[in-house]
Amino acid sequence: MSVDQTIFEYSSPGRVGVALPESDVSSAGAGELLGSDNLRDDLPLPEVNQVDVIRHFTKLSLANYSVDRGFYPLGSCTMKYNPKINEELASLPGFSELHPYQDESQAQGTLAAMYATQEYIKAITGFDAVTLQPAAGAQGEFTAMMVFKKHHEKTGQGHRHIVIVPDSSHGTNPATAARCGYGIKKTPSGPDGRVDLDALKEALNDEVAAVMLTNPNTLGLFESQIAEICAMVHDAGALIYCDGANMNAVMGWYRPGDSGFDAMHLNLHKTFSTPHGGGGPGSGPVAVKGFLAPYLPVPNVNKQGERYFLDYGSRDSIGRVHGYYGNIAIVLRACVYILSQGGDGLKNVSENAVLNANYLMSKLSDAYEVPHNTRCMHEFVASASKQKELGVKALDIAKRLIDFGYHPPTIYFPLIVPEALMIEPTETESIETLDSFIEAMLTIAREAETDPDILHSAPHNTPVRRLDEATAARKPVLQYNPEG
Amino acid sequence: MDTSKLKYSSTHEWVFAEGDTAIIGITDYAQSELGEIVFVELPEVGIAFDKGDTFGTIESYKTVSDLVTPLSGEVIEINSALTDSPESVNDSPYDDGWIIKIKMTDPGELDRLMTQKEYEDSPKEH
Amino acid sequence: MPYIANTPDDRRKMLQSVGAPGVADLFDQIPSDVRFSSELDLPQAMSEIELRRHFANLANANTSGQQAACFIGAGIYDHYIPSTVPAVVGRSEFYTSYTPYQPEISQGTLQSIFEFQSLICRLTGLEVANASLYDGATALAEAALMASSITRRSQWLVSNCVNPAYRETLATYSWASEYELVEVGQSGVVTDIAELEKSIGDDTACVLIQNPNFFGSIEDIAKIKAAAQAKGALLVVSFDPISLGLMKTPGELGADIAVGEGQSLGLSMAFGGPLLGLFACKQQYMRQMPGRIVGATSDAEGKLAYVLTLQTREQHIRREKATSNICTNQGLCALAATVYLSTLGRSGLRRVAELCVEKSHYLADRIADLDGYKVLSGAPFFKEFVIKCPAPIAEINARLIENGLIGGLDLGKQYPEFADCMLLCVTEKRSRDEMDALVEGLRR
Repeated sequence: MSVDQTIFEYSSPGRVGVALPESDVSSAGAGELLGSDNLRDDLPLPEVNQVDVIRHFTKLSLANYSVDRGFYPLGSCTMKYNPKINEELASLPGFSELHPYQDESQAQGTLAAMYATQEYIKAITGFDAVTLQPAAGAQGEFTAMMVFKKHHEKTGQGHRHIVIVPDSSHGTNPATAARCGYGIKKTPSGPDGRVDLDALKEALNDEVAAVMLTNPNTLGLFESQIAEICAMVHDAGALIYCDGANMNAVMGWYRPGDSGFDAMHLNLHKTFSTPHGGGGPGSGPVAVKGFLAPYLPVPNVNKQGERYFLDYGSRDSIGRVHGYYGNIAIVLRACVYILSQGGDGLKNVSENAVLNANYLMSKLSDAYEVPHNTRCMHEFVASASKQKELGVKALDIAKRLIDFGYHPPTIYFPLIVPEALMIEPTETESIETLDSFIEAMLTIAREAETDPDILHSAPHNTPVRRLDEATAARKPVLQYNPEG
Repeated sequence: MDTSKLKYSSTHEWVFAEGDTAIIGITDYAQSELGEIVFVELPEVGIAFDKGDTFGTIESYKTVSDLVTPLSGEVIEINSALTDSPESVNDSPYDDGWIIKIKMTDPGELDRLMTQKEYEDSPKEH
Repeated sequence: MPYIANTPDDRRKMLQSVGAPGVADLFDQIPSDVRFSSELDLPQAMSEIELRRHFANLANANTSGQQAACFIGAGIYDHYIPSTVPAVVGRSEFYTSYTPYQPEISQGTLQSIFEFQSLICRLTGLEVANASLYDGATALAEAALMASSITRRSQWLVSNCVNPAYRETLATYSWASEYELVEVGQSGVVTDIAELEKSIGDDTACVLIQNPNFFGSIEDIAKIKAAAQAKGALLVVSFDPISLGLMKTPGELGADIAVGEGQSLGLSMAFGGPLLGLFACKQQYMRQMPGRIVGATSDAEGKLAYVLTLQTREQHIRREKATSNICTNQGLCALAATVYLSTLGRSGLRRVAELCVEKSHYLADRIADLDGYKVLSGAPFFKEFVIKCPAPIAEINARLIENGLIGGLDLGKQYPEFADCMLLCVTEKRSRDEMDALVEGLRR
């Protein structure tokens, strides 16, 4: 399905996509009321009738791949199924038509759901306090690092200015720390793909404010020495943050709060099944230990007797990170999901996520190199290094998978694995789906030996073929130009 | 440009020195490793750098690298043509793709750079 | 287990292939001292029927715009959402897709973002726009950070007439990034320009203004621009996209960066989120812009296609040197805005803006006639205005809600000088009957 036309090309003077009412009040005209100095000359928006609007965006939608269309083994992104009941209930008008500044007495239903979600997150992660305000995982990270910064300031440790991240970390970790004014120190991973304790010990000193760690890590391995790591960090006077991107692996099996972490964020759009929406809106709640609770953003939702209220109480708070209270409609979806699963259900989710990943790994590790070929958690990182010798790159394998009807895995991440193919099946895929994916991967491995050109030129049956990304960046065209 | 007359750094810059001025660019190896160059961030004329300083960045569409000056000095000219045609760095790394011209503060630093032979034999990591 | 397909039989087969005796063995990387061995303290799992009942009860415990006419604004607005918006946004090809990193199978998302950027450029009169940020508040903070990196200056000057929640967000970001935030007072319901002129110094990176401002009034941007420019500071204007159906654009007014809250463009109020941070700037600052950007290019066969571009600014490549730590945009919300603007178009958006102006002035005139009430908004206003009331606002609002009317914001909490003052908002959705009912409600 190819789309050639932009919405601007459907435009014709006089068309409109919705009927709007005439004014029912007698007043001067708007132009007169505002004053001519305040008016714009022209409003160059398209004029399109409703049929064309709907057809245009329907055509666009058909040029997308999506979870509802097929398997999406995108490592570190947890592309699980997005239950329809979440969408329906979060969109009830009682929730959606609520203004954030209405009196709390008029918002008790939403506040109750927010409060409950805070409590559920505490139970799942093993922390003592939660904020729902961060609008995405990256903002959750940012919030947690600001909480750390505030704590250090308040305890006379404001001189600490370094944040340690392992070389396998996600790019947001260093970017977030830098935004808090911290310098970055990168530590190498050990040969088993986990934190190298000696290297970490050497890096820790009186200047270190925090360590940021993903557990399970980006190679899909659990940091087995996490208790020792946390103790070591605390002994050095620093704090330790858990990037919760991989929580889908361990629900009901491991709570980061129990092992010594001081704070973590969750991606509701990963673990708790809220949709990715083509890149947002996400939601990135942060959970912290009790001693950090006073620094969390305000307001928080609290409860007095049976009455829920927005609590602006904490004077040591870092302040706001969002104009209002966070992505509440996303929080509601996650709340529906958690209640649809219960404690046993969430544990079962993680078990099946881990089982599916290990199953895929066991079936693919002959044809593809798997550098850390032990047991994995919910994802594993394979490498196209064997295929690279035949002139086939991870990118070619990814593009060829599209021909077989799959979304490619994450490629070239983590950076420490050459030609990385990071595969995360999630719990919502059936063994039949996994088996056909395995079949495709094995076929591609054979093609790399027999017919590499078919990989280089892939994908073949998509709305568009491989793109000229260099020209896009050299001569950026960032908006529609009728002359162009 | 006769590449045998150039000096080379371990960070893959080349230098053409004449009197107390030096022209700096990146090597053919460096441009091929980076892939299609899409943008070169240039310094302003008049800025002084110490040897080892980052004087700009060079971007392909998926990576970005710092440009490191192998010599101390003040920028006296920049190749502003790269703003519109960064691909010159790919097509002609030793001629049209030059990046800056500096006035050296310590021409003695040249002696610590590699010859073409030494550069070609050096281990390549970036 | 409706979302998990594995049967006990499947699990046995898979475990065999993995070489593990039981599922528990897959978790043996987790040492026993940190393994969670009790049950998660969560409610019992609910069926769909139970979920439906539970959440219907919660929704009914709210008093939403369904039951009452909303006269509150202050940054989140009860504008009409055309039926085309939920129809498109509800398509799972859009909402269940990931970030468009694989352009060959993401042209739907990519082209819609390209159209979004184009529409925002046209709306704001600026040359480049990104794919959106979290919300209006963080977009303003990102603009300030960007201004500091462009000018290499560290002071942010913000008018007191900027939304207080936005200023609180700015304060958080400026503290974290170690920049200085200075607030400039107001004169009545507009920025005190004399004070602003005095406050701009050689270290001022940007002047942050909202227009129409938090009180709904129109600022004298030309004067503010001149003052900023004289000192080499950038002008950042936070705008209301609906107002741009009629009003001069940030581009025409000299803004270097324009940001705004896009919730009015087809998103429900949803208790304040998710929202949509709009962000546009002059061409020359393109490479300093935070967030995702989509560009047009061609594919291997020469066909027009779209792709994420200028990615080297972003965290996944530049890591600690990135322009921002932001990974996503508000994808689906940007799509809603694209459909909204496409549906309304030139005449529709202008009509919505006109209705806002005309209806809000009608209501202000009626309230001005009431004994004990005074309209404090002298300068031209767009859809919001300030009134002084003869009783505490909480008392008045409690009375109004009894009659199915959601009254305005109590300004005294944020602005002590506006004690017993209310910020009222009138969108195109408010009928004359509702406004007359509000006037009656205030009268008693």
